[in-house]
Amino acid sequence: MKPMRALLGSIVLAAVLNVSAAESGLRLEQAPARRLDVESLQRGARNFVNYCLNCHSAQYMRYNRLTDFAIGEQEIRDNLMFATDKFGSTMTVAMPKADAVAWFGAAPPDLSVEARIRGKDWLYSYLVGFYWDEKTVTGWNNLVFNNVSMPHVLWKLSGVQRLVETEYEDEGKAEAAVVAAKGLALAERINDHKYIVKTLTQEASGTMRPVEYEAFVADLVNYLDYIGEPVRNERIKIGIGVLIYLGILLGFAYLLKRAYWKDIH
Amino acid sequence: MQKILNWIDDRFPLTALWKSQVSEYYAPKNFNFWYFFGSLALVVLVMQFLTGIFLTMSYKPDAAKAFESVEYIMRDVAGGWFIRYAHSTGASAFFIVVYLHMFRALLYGSYRRPRELLWIVGCFIYLALMAEAFFGYLLPWGQMSYWGAQVIVNLFSTVPIIGDDLGTWIRGDYTISDVTLNRFFAFHVIAVPLVLLILVAVHLMALHEVGSNNPDGVEIKDTMDPVTGHPVDGIPFHPYYTVKDLVGVVVFLIFFSIVLFFWPAGGGYFIEADNFIPANPLQTPEHIAPVWYFTPYYAMLRAVPSFLNSQFWGVLVLGAAVVILFFLPWLDRGKVKSIRYRGSLYKGWLAAFVISFLILGYLGVVPVTVWGQFGEKIPVLGTADKATVLVRVLTVIYFLFFLLMPWYTARDKTKAVPQRVTG
Repeated sequence: MKPMRALLGSIVLAAVLNVSAAESGLRLEQAPARRLDVESLQRGARNFVNYCLNCHSAQYMRYNRLTDFAIGEQEIRDNLMFATDKFGSTMTVAMPKADAVAWFGAAPPDLSVEARIRGKDWLYSYLVGFYWDEKTVTGWNNLVFNNVSMPHVLWKLSGVQRLVETEYEDEGKAEAAVVAAKGLALAERINDHKYIVKTLTQEASGTMRPVEYEAFVADLVNYLDYIGEPVRNERIKIGIGVLIYLGILLGFAYLLKRAYWKDIH
Repeated sequence: MQKILNWIDDRFPLTALWKSQVSEYYAPKNFNFWYFFGSLALVVLVMQFLTGIFLTMSYKPDAAKAFESVEYIMRDVAGGWFIRYAHSTGASAFFIVVYLHMFRALLYGSYRRPRELLWIVGCFIYLALMAEAFFGYLLPWGQMSYWGAQVIVNLFSTVPIIGDDLGTWIRGDYTISDVTLNRFFAFHVIAVPLVLLILVAVHLMALHEVGSNNPDGVEIKDTMDPVTGHPVDGIPFHPYYTVKDLVGVVVFLIFFSIVLFFWPAGGGYFIEADNFIPANPLQTPEHIAPVWYFTPYYAMLRAVPSFLNSQFWGVLVLGAAVVILFFLPWLDRGKVKSIRYRGSLYKGWLAAFVISFLILGYLGVVPVTVWGQFGEKIPVLGTADKATVLVRVLTVIYFLFFLLMPWYTARDKTKAVPQRVTG
C-alpha cells in the first residue's frame, strides 16, 4: 500500500513543486516576478554589465536587443557597452577559456540561457547564498552550490554571511525548521537520528543594506531571466491575441457545423 | 472553371479521387469525441512538415554550431521562436494525439477484422514516429539530446556478439559525434518523413477501402440503402466531417496555442531544462530522462535486471512492448468490437493497462531512487528501489493485457450488438 500512497503523493508533488529542489532538502528563496518591470530590467542590465560581464559572457544576447527595455541606442552605447563598438554584437568576454580554467578551476559558464537551465529562483538563491568559509580555496562557499569555484564577487555590496548549522533528531523537525527559516535553508541527513539544517546569518554589513542587496540581486536575476528568452513578453502578448482569434473562429466553426448537421439524426 | 476541371479530369482522375476519398466517402454518422484524433494527427503532421522546413533554413547540422543555431533561431530569426516552439510543442502534441487515437482503437475494437492491415500500418506509423522523434531530439545538441541519443544507441550495443560493431555502425563513430549529428539530421528531415508520408497515405487508403469503424463497432456497410446504394448510417465525409473536424481542429489549436505561447517548455517535459546546456561528451548528466512520450518504455528498460552479464533483456522487453501491438487483431477473440458491448473483463484489463502505461510514463521521468528503498525491515525486497519494483509489476500488467487477451476476451460476458448504429 505504501508505494501506491507514495506514488499518488509524488504525482501531486511533482505537479506543484520544483522537484529537484524538494528532493535535495533545499528550500530556495523566490525571485520576485518582474518580467514587465522595465526599470528593473534596465537596472539588471547595468548590474550584469558592471559585475558579471567581466568573466561571464552572454554570447547569444545582442546589445541592440537592450532597446527592448525602452532605452535608446546612445544610452546603451554610453552606459552599457564597454567591450565593443558594434551595436549589433553579442555580449562576449575577452577572457580566454584556458586562462579562466587556470584561474578558477572551471570556466565561468555563459549566462545566455542559464535561467532556463536553473530557473530564476535558483539563481536568486545562489546570489544571496554565498557565505564565508575558510576551508575553501577562495574563502567563499555557497549554500545552493556547495564548493562552487566562483568567488563572491558582490561581497562588498552584500557584506559577509556565515553558515549556521542546527542539529535535529528526526526528519520531521528538520523539515519544520527549513520551513520556519522562511528563506534559504538546506536540510542534510547525516544518519537516521541526525539531521543538520543549514541557514545563513549576516556577520558584517556591506555597502548595501540587506534589503538593497536583495533588490539588486532581484534586478540582476530578472535580467538573466529575460536574456534566457528575450521574446517572452512578446510571445505572451501575441498568445493572448491568438487565443481571442481562435475563440471567435471556434464560434463560427461551431455554427457552421451545426448548420450542416441539422438534418442528421 | 468547369472547363479547366474537365481538361484535368481527362488526364488525371481529380474529380473521381475527390469523390471516392472525400465527398462520397461514407463515414458512420455516430463518430464521437475519440474520432477527432485521426484528423488531428494529420493536421499535426502537416504542421511539423511546415515548421520543419522553415527550421531547416536556419539550423546548422554541425556539432560546433547546432546549439548556437537553435539559439539564433530563437533570438535573431524573424518569427523563429514561433516556428521552433511550434515544432517542439508539435512533437509532444503528435504523440498525445496519436496515443489518444490508438486508445480509441482499443476502446472500439478498430483493429479487428476487417481492419487488421489498417491497424498494422498504424503501428508502423507509430514506429516511424518514434524514430522521427528520436533522430530529431539529437538536433538541438544539448546535454539531453546528446546523452539521450547515447543511451538509445547503446541499446543496440547490448545485442550479443555484434552489439559493439552495431553501435559504431549506427553512430558512424565511437561516440555520438558530428558524424552522428549529420546522419541523424538526414534521417530526421528526409528519410523518416518520407516513410511517414507514404505510411500515412497507405493508412488512409486502407481506411477508405474497409470503411471507418464507429463507437458501436457495427459495420455500416451491412445495412445499405437499396435506393441510393449507400450505407443507411453513413454520411459523406465532406461536408459533414470536414466541418465537424474543423471544430476539433480549432479546439486543438486553442490547447496547442496555450502551450506554445504560455508554457512552451511544458514544465520541462516538452523542452527539458538540461537541454539548454550544450552537449558535453565529457560530462554525463546525473539524471538522463528521455522526453515524456518514451518514458513508459524507458521505465521498463531500466527495471529489467541484467542477466548472464547482459543488459540485452531489458532491450528485448522494450522491443517486445512495442512489437506486441502488431498482434492485437489476432489476440482479441471477443465476440464484439466496441467497449459499449464488452463485459467487465475487457473493461477491467483495459483500465489496468492504461493506468500501468501512465504510471510507467511517470516513473520513466524520475530517477529510480524517487521513493527510496524498502529498508532492511522488509525481507528480500530490502535493498530494492520501491519504484523499480512497481515498474516490474506494471510491466507484467502491460504484457498480461496482451498475452491474456485471447482468454479474457473470449470468456467475457458481452451484450447484444444492435443491427444499426445507436447515434
